[in-house]
Amino acid sequence: MTVGFVMLCHTALERAAEVARHWAERGCPVVIHVDRRVARLAYDGLVQSLADLGNVRFSARFACEWGTWGIVAATQEASALMLRDFPDVRHVYLASGSCLPLRPVEEMKAYLDDRPRTDFIESVTTSDVGWTVGGLNLERFTLRFPFSWRSQRKAFDWYVSLQRKLGFRRQIPAGIEPHLGSQWWCLTRQTLSAILENPDRAAIDRYFRRVWIPDESYFQTMVRQFSTNVESRSLTLAKFDYQGKPHIFYDDHLQLLRRSDCFVARKIWPQADKLYDTFLRGNSQGQASAEPNPGKIDRLFSKAVDRRTKGRAGLYMHSRYPNENWENGRTAAPYSVFEGFSEVFENFEAWLGKVAGTRAHGHLFALDRAHFAGNESVFSGALSDSAKLRDYAPKNFLSNLIWNTRGERQCFQFGPGDRQDISWFIACDPNAQISVITGAWAIPLFHSNKNFGDIRREAAWLQREETYHVGILRSHFAKARIRIWTLAEFVENPMEPLQSIIDEISPRSQRRLTEAPRLADLKGFGQFLQNLRNQGMQPVMMGDFPTGEDPAPAASRRGRPYLVK
Amino acid sequence: MASVWEALRLRMLRRRLLWRAFRARARLTEVVRRPIPKGAILCFGCIRNEGARLPWFLQHHRKLGVDRFLFVDNGSTDGSAAWLAREPDVSLWTTGDSYKASRFGLDWVNALLMRYGSGHWCLTLDADELFTFPEEHRGLRALTDWLDAHGAAEMAALMLDLYPKGPLGGTHTPGQNPLELLPYFDPDGYSRTRMPRYAHVSIRGGPRARVFFRDTPERAPHLHKTPLIRWHWRYAYLSSTHLALPERLNAGFQRPDLPTGALLHTKFLPELLQRSDEEKARAAPFTHPDRYGDYYDGLIAAPDFWHPGSARYENPGQLENLGLIQRGLWASGQEM
Repeated sequence: MTVGFVMLCHTALERAAEVARHWAERGCPVVIHVDRRVARLAYDGLVQSLADLGNVRFSARFACEWGTWGIVAATQEASALMLRDFPDVRHVYLASGSCLPLRPVEEMKAYLDDRPRTDFIESVTTSDVGWTVGGLNLERFTLRFPFSWRSQRKAFDWYVSLQRKLGFRRQIPAGIEPHLGSQWWCLTRQTLSAILENPDRAAIDRYFRRVWIPDESYFQTMVRQFSTNVESRSLTLAKFDYQGKPHIFYDDHLQLLRRSDCFVARKIWPQADKLYDTFLRGNSQGQASAEPNPGKIDRLFSKAVDRRTKGRAGLYMHSRYPNENWENGRTAAPYSVFEGFSEVFENFEAWLGKVAGTRAHGHLFALDRAHFAGNESVFSGALSDSAKLRDYAPKNFLSNLIWNTRGERQCFQFGPGDRQDISWFIACDPNAQISVITGAWAIPLFHSNKNFGDIRREAAWLQREETYHVGILRSHFAKARIRIWTLAEFVENPMEPLQSIIDEISPRSQRRLTEAPRLADLKGFGQFLQNLRNQGMQPVMMGDFPTGEDPAPAASRRGRPYLVK
Repeated sequence: MASVWEALRLRMLRRRLLWRAFRARARLTEVVRRPIPKGAILCFGCIRNEGARLPWFLQHHRKLGVDRFLFVDNGSTDGSAAWLAREPDVSLWTTGDSYKASRFGLDWVNALLMRYGSGHWCLTLDADELFTFPEEHRGLRALTDWLDAHGAAEMAALMLDLYPKGPLGGTHTPGQNPLELLPYFDPDGYSRTRMPRYAHVSIRGGPRARVFFRDTPERAPHLHKTPLIRWHWRYAYLSSTHLALPERLNAGFQRPDLPTGALLHTKFLPELLQRSDEEKARAAPFTHPDRYGDYYDGLIAAPDFWHPGSARYENPGQLENLGLIQRGLWASGQEM
């Protein structure tokens, strides 16, 4: 008893010949089908090169366009020839010209001898498959597909949606339960001959002729009618990317293929000399009884594909520009944005850096330049402090900063006086922790030595900017962790909000804040606001700040307030 | 309606480019022409006094799998043309015409592409560019086969400016690997903007933007290119290899499924210092040459591009990990 190979070839015929010779010389009959679209000269060359082998046959040629009936017809024809000419064959293995045997034929024979009644064919009901390209499962069997998916995609899609709209359905022949699966199978003589000699075959073939991609469904469906023992998996290792194109194996996949313990792999790049040399001519003795283990490669490939298509979180691929928000996360790591804090507290950045153990930047988006921590002019990873360079692509600037410093939490100040282009970006970034004290911009104005008219104008402008910014933060698109206090609320009790922010930044420290930053001098601030009002500008963002009297706890705790545990 | 006019405008533009290329062909004098086998991978370029760079350039790209080189020599005086003509896989044309008037050599290259490139995978490079891509060891043939199988006709590449530590200078012996002199690059700090005009992505950044265009980033040199295209005689390069027409060829940076490569840019070899004067006169940059006077003066002043964030070039895998190039769906052989 032996196994016979049916090979469907259309390119790289020299490689196909090598593989056929490998099998034939080891006592396995081979029937080769060559696509009719291959030139006669090349075909004759192939026939010539294998002429010395008595157990190689060539079957009648069909044109095998992808997804069409020709592939099934070719398989049927070649299989029938195999069963007829080689009575010794018990299992028929369907392979392609770009397949490569990974384990010695003896091991495969032994494996199949242990399972003489088993049909190895992936065969899954249409409702259970998740991998079909184009989203067509059952509809492959109920619609008509006169247009080519590859070359007439628009017409294809249009016709499918038209049939859906009209409710058109083809009748599935009675007794047929559609199944799908990998094209590459290994069937027993009993099952295969039952399929080929089925008295209804003419009618069934007629039906499948119009099914989409019948090579993935014809045998997979019919085997359910005749087989007593279907093992629903393919013995051929074949991986597909999400576009439905087969992954190609190169020389550098050698170790991976070795460890897969699969019998046959496809598809191999024709010029992968090392692979062909190793597996066809080398003595790659695996563990004789090892069970094929495509899972290993599966995991590897899915991981690779996942990462390669999504990118790593927050790393903008400089090499491409995908659709907006297609990236896997906007930024790589959590970061904190403080708005108004450096106005309310004196020397807030230094305090923050010390308490939270982070990099506390100044106003990164200030109009004049990016105020990096320590006043550096070039920050890690070639980030320049030039405002123009930053404003040319502010989102890139921020995500580059977060990516370059991953492992070290970044904090920066922001305010209505800064470039506002980044507002939406941070508001919609789940990695951002945004804490806002609204109206704090008035404090520097209060301390400034400017004419009141200028102060009023600037206050109006800052308030307008902040109102807009807070509107963004409050919108339902915002995904950041956002806290907003008015200035009045905040100065009444500054320690509690600070504590919760710091806890979030460094959750492991679990320390009570013992030292608060020094509050800015607010004596007379209420009166300052009243003056603004009197001048016709309505300051609202700082909340209900009492006029005349100064906020009690803040003003009285001037100096260094210490919290008592 | 607007899109119809837009399509028409681009078509007219492309036809004008093709006409220019067609006319330019008559201005090229054939020095030596080697037969091109079917399916060969071709490399095109326009050169002038690149004797020092060419040996390594040829060696690097032969190793990648380029089968034939087709060059236009624009009046070299360093003997490089004669040297090239002796190489067995180089076809050479010369012309004494104005570089500027032929749209910085592009008409000549388009002419060669039109005549010899159709149906081939064509790599169009400057002599100071070294092409690299993920899994480079598999070779260009594996790459182009894969692109063919995925129906892609183009591959985009990011220009990566290489520079030394310390001011530009030193000595470069002809044939020496330029990476020995210029081992550093900027691992980060690139910006990308989607441009509707030619449906492309504009990438800027790198050391030149950092040092010379701090205040005018919108004038910094473009770093996006599409050097590898399965050519058709109706295609044309519009602005160096930054832009090609029809505009679908500019999609390389917008498709996450396709691999992208890098062009290691060895512009800052010591020769540059002697040549910047000449280049300034030739006004090499494409758009707004008048704006680049300072830039060349800056180059002549031998600046130091290195800073603590610079990375040392190792291999394409490193660029991939940095996110500068990507492999798309081209599966890796290594566990990651």
